[in-house]
Amino acid sequence: MSTDTVLSTLTRRGRGQIPMLVTSVLLVVMFAAGSVSYDGFLSGQVLLNLLIDNAFLLVVAVGMTFVILTGGIDLSVGAMVALSTMISAWLVQLHGWPPLLVIPLVLAIGTGAGLAMGWVIHTFEIQPFIVTLAGMFLARGLCYTISIDSISITDPTYTSMAQTRIPLGELFISPSVLIAVLAVVAAFVVLHYSRFGRNVYALGGSEQSSVLMGLPVSRTKIGVYGVSGFCSALGGVLMTFYMLSGYGLHAVGLELDAIAAVVIGGTLLTGGTGYLLGTVLGVLVLGLIQTVISFQGTLSSWWTRIVIGALLFVFILLQRVLTSRRRT
Amino acid sequence: MKLVTGHRLFWPAVVLIALLLANLAFTPDFFAIRLRDGHLYGSLIDILHFGSPLILVALGMTLVIATGGIDLSVGSTVAIAAALACLHISESDDPGSVGTVLTAVAIALGVALLLGAANGVLVARIGVQPIIATLILMVAGRGVAQLITDGQIITVTSEPFKLIGGGYWLTVPFSILLAAAVVLFASMLTRRTALGLLLESVGGNPVASRLVGIRAAGLIGLVYVVSALCAALAGLMISSNVSAADGNNAGLWIELDAILAVVVGGTSLNGGRFSLGGTVLGALVIQTLSTTVYTIGIPPETTLVFKAVVVIAVCLVQSPVFRAKAARRKSGARHGNRPVASKKLEVGA
Repeated sequence: MSTDTVLSTLTRRGRGQIPMLVTSVLLVVMFAAGSVSYDGFLSGQVLLNLLIDNAFLLVVAVGMTFVILTGGIDLSVGAMVALSTMISAWLVQLHGWPPLLVIPLVLAIGTGAGLAMGWVIHTFEIQPFIVTLAGMFLARGLCYTISIDSISITDPTYTSMAQTRIPLGELFISPSVLIAVLAVVAAFVVLHYSRFGRNVYALGGSEQSSVLMGLPVSRTKIGVYGVSGFCSALGGVLMTFYMLSGYGLHAVGLELDAIAAVVIGGTLLTGGTGYLLGTVLGVLVLGLIQTVISFQGTLSSWWTRIVIGALLFVFILLQRVLTSRRRT
Repeated sequence: MKLVTGHRLFWPAVVLIALLLANLAFTPDFFAIRLRDGHLYGSLIDILHFGSPLILVALGMTLVIATGGIDLSVGSTVAIAAALACLHISESDDPGSVGTVLTAVAIALGVALLLGAANGVLVARIGVQPIIATLILMVAGRGVAQLITDGQIITVTSEPFKLIGGGYWLTVPFSILLAAAVVLFASMLTRRTALGLLLESVGGNPVASRLVGIRAAGLIGLVYVVSALCAALAGLMISSNVSAADGNNAGLWIELDAILAVVVGGTSLNGGRFSLGGTVLGALVIQTLSTTVYTIGIPPETTLVFKAVVVIAVCLVQSPVFRAKAARRKSGARHGNRPVASKKLEVGA
């Protein structure tokens, strides 16, 4: 089969899958290279640790996928994660509220904040970028009005969530991974098999056409920010389990990691094209970069940022090439 | 009266004056400016002094936003420029000489030129969305800055370098003079030549501008270079003021403050018309806000909450839909025919 035939087959399958394909190959190559170079890299636990250490990023990136698919962007996710850890720590540790009450409350606050931002974006036609920027300022600022210092959590429910190991044969995962995987599955079903999911794609494809087709544009647009708010609050809960503390400086720059994961996962930033599973691959690639750098040992942590930046660059160029070919 | 309230600088100026007066209520000698040892001291001078880097960054940002773009990478550029300059000075044999400092400045500005050009090429030639194109440098840039400083904070002792951000010249802090000179130069260039008009037309309607023969790609590339240069100057000021380069924290969040300053100054994020004077006022509003929070004794970290409120308020006031709704509410109360215009707007949305 010549290259042309391969390309045309791929074209028929939809170009949207090419970036995802590249990401999968990248993931396999990185893992193989890591296994060849470092002792102890080739083990199931290294892979599972990827999930354990990035469970919150995975959940946040899932929410971001919804927003980016509509052509929007949500810069407030990192700050919402921090606010969620802060509220949890504050209510549980300093006020003695039961965790079973605090966690739903935090999720409700996150969803509410997301819906409110979505409402402002839709009703007043202000760019999502600036509205969520304000949301980011507000959430980080609120963290500091609660406390400037880190509040550590000693509540038994939280510590048991942090320390429980769910065995998988000889390997183990944490409860957070289970929650994150459930969130991914739920989001996958919603995005690819529900009316809301189809509306998200339609809205990202063309807002005007969606309006003319009579799709519920306002509900969808506000809804995706609600989803993102919920996911960042859930990410915040998972981060509280992981860190066992609430702090206003948790998750600084997480919004960039989430956007990077979505882009590397093959979702077009202009909206309308992308897959949820791509985002999962994107998160794994980011996690693997960190793992490789920590295995290398001699490279400093700032190399992570540089490599992520370089990857973003490559994938954005790839997106451009693919979209410009489609138009002609 | 209408002429005054209708002026585009009216509202930013009102906010600035209100903030300054609020300070007067807390510190009675807020407006006092004293001359000590041939240097001017006072809260107003401090606001200008510490606001100078923000004014510079916001100035570059205004030009970028005028073309309908955005530059998220300025914070990283600040850090890279500061790191390069400090590294060169600390490694040279004669850190105190003017020649060393000038070379350091040239290196910082030269690299910034390249970074800006890279952003410009991505946006103007390859056609990547500005927010994403500059996001790359924003993410990678901090890493690069830390790579340059090797994760350390480089401290330098150099008299000429200290002058840029912390020194005085003719009784006034040098950074104020530098910022003023750049603002003056930029406004001359954009308002006395056709450059400003061309930028506004590119931002207002790129297709129409191309059809009338404006070389949009070159102009757009240029504004990213200018923005990076302004950021590099700001980086030199910030590092010179503390005589150190911190790859992690130099210029952290300055891109957000700069965007805020531009928006407060009345330049729309959608591109098109811009106002350099408004941006300077906007930057001063942001700086005064920070100063006010310090003087009143609120924990400085909560400044973010005030900034959030300011952003939302300003964006709502700028939003045509919000204006239409507010106006309708006013006239609706008078005539009692509120629902008439709403149908049309829903379709438009």
